[in-house]
Order: sequence, then C-alpha cells, then structure tokens
Amino acid sequence: MITILYFARLREALGTGREELALPASVANIAGLRAALVSRGGAWTEAFGGPRRIRAAVNQQMADDAAAVHDGDEIAFFPPVTGG
Amino acid sequence: MAVRIQTADFDAGVEMAALRRGNAAVGAVASFVGIVRDVNEGDRVSEMTLEHYPGMTEKSIEAIITQARGRWDVIDAVVVHRVGTLKPTDQIVLVIVASGHRGDAFAACEFIMDYLKTQAPFWKKERTGEGTRWVDARAADDAAAERWKAQGSSSD
Repeated sequence: MITILYFARLREALGTGREELALPASVANIAGLRAALVSRGGAWTEAFGGPRRIRAAVNQQMADDAAAVHDGDEIAFFPPVTGG
Repeated sequence: MAVRIQTADFDAGVEMAALRRGNAAVGAVASFVGIVRDVNEGDRVSEMTLEHYPGMTEKSIEAIITQARGRWDVIDAVVVHRVGTLKPTDQIVLVIVASGHRGDAFAACEFIMDYLKTQAPFWKKERTGEGTRWVDARAADDAAAERWKAQGSSSD
C-alpha cells in the first residue's frame, strides 16, 4: 500500500485529502502514478491531465516525474506553493 | 535552529532575544517579518487561510536553513510561520538569522525567505468580495529564489 495526500486546490477539486492505494504493478515512479490517476476520469482526469502544474513529493521530499515509488511510500500531490 | 508552524501570533523581539542569548560570537542579527496585506491582484482581501503539509513543511524549512549555513556564517536561525485564518495587518512569517557579521546575516535571511516562498509546502486561500480563491504561485518568487543559484556566497 501507498498513502497519497492531496493539498489545497487539488484536495478541494478531488474531494479527498488522503487515500491508501495498493500500488499498481504498472506504477514504478511519479509519472506512472500520475498516469494511473488521470485514467480514473472525471475530476481526476481534469486535475492531473489539465494545464495546471501539480507538484509531487515522495516521503516528504520534493520529487520529479522520474522519482521512484515503492510500497509503503507517502506520496503527496499539490499545487505550486504560496507561503510566506 | 528552530522551525515552528503555529496558529498563534509571535513576538519578534522575544524570538530575537532568545536566539542570541548569552552568545558573544553573535555580532549581527537580521530579521524579516511578513504581514498580511489587504489587497492582492487588485482586489480587497478581508482574510486568508493558510494550509500546510505537516511534517514536510518543517523538514523543508530545516533543509533551507542547513543550505544557508553551508553558504554563510550562520550561528543560529529561527523560522516561525503561522497557519490557519489570518486578517490584514496580522503577522504571518518570521525569519531571524544570527551571525558574526551583517553581510552574512542579511544574505542568509533573504535566502531563507526566498527559498521558503518557493519550496516550503504552504498554500494561501484568500477571501475577497467575490468569495474565496486559492492564491496562484508567482513567477517573481521563482525568479527571486533562482537568482541565488547564480551567485556565490557573499560575506562581509
């Protein structure tokens, strides 16, 4: 299982801030996970297939599309940050 | 090094005194306080709510301070960032850097703030007369962080 967290605009668009997911065999990295989420359709396709940038983190470290995803990881997706 | 994420307000003077207490190596302290404005993108803002990613937020700011320590003489630093609902004139973020000399204190303080704006997972949602809206990231903030990559360390 992996944990996926969603924040801010993305959390609202998807209607959830957290899910546990059995890691699909086809998913080896962040790019693969994004593709799996896009394929869910509806708000997921809109959010992950749309023009807005969505950043990712693996185990609380910023991660690019090539970053590996392993069983037990905490993945997060969120819009570009706007603190300070 | 201290990083705190909290809903409560902070007192910069109290934090500054605590940061340098009893340490005679400190010759300079630079600080930055960010404050909620009442206007953004031409619209009146009545309040804003800050969301963050507990755990990653603290770690990312600690990593930024560690980077600053690698580039400048930083004796100690503290970052306090508020979350929850804030109103115009409220304090939102505090960065204080204690150093031997002012050049390092100023530079490290600005570096920490510029990186915090682009790396630390916080998101602002503001309320205007039209309702609420998520604040978009600004290209100017990316540029401010990017310029540190082109520069070496500047002491003195």
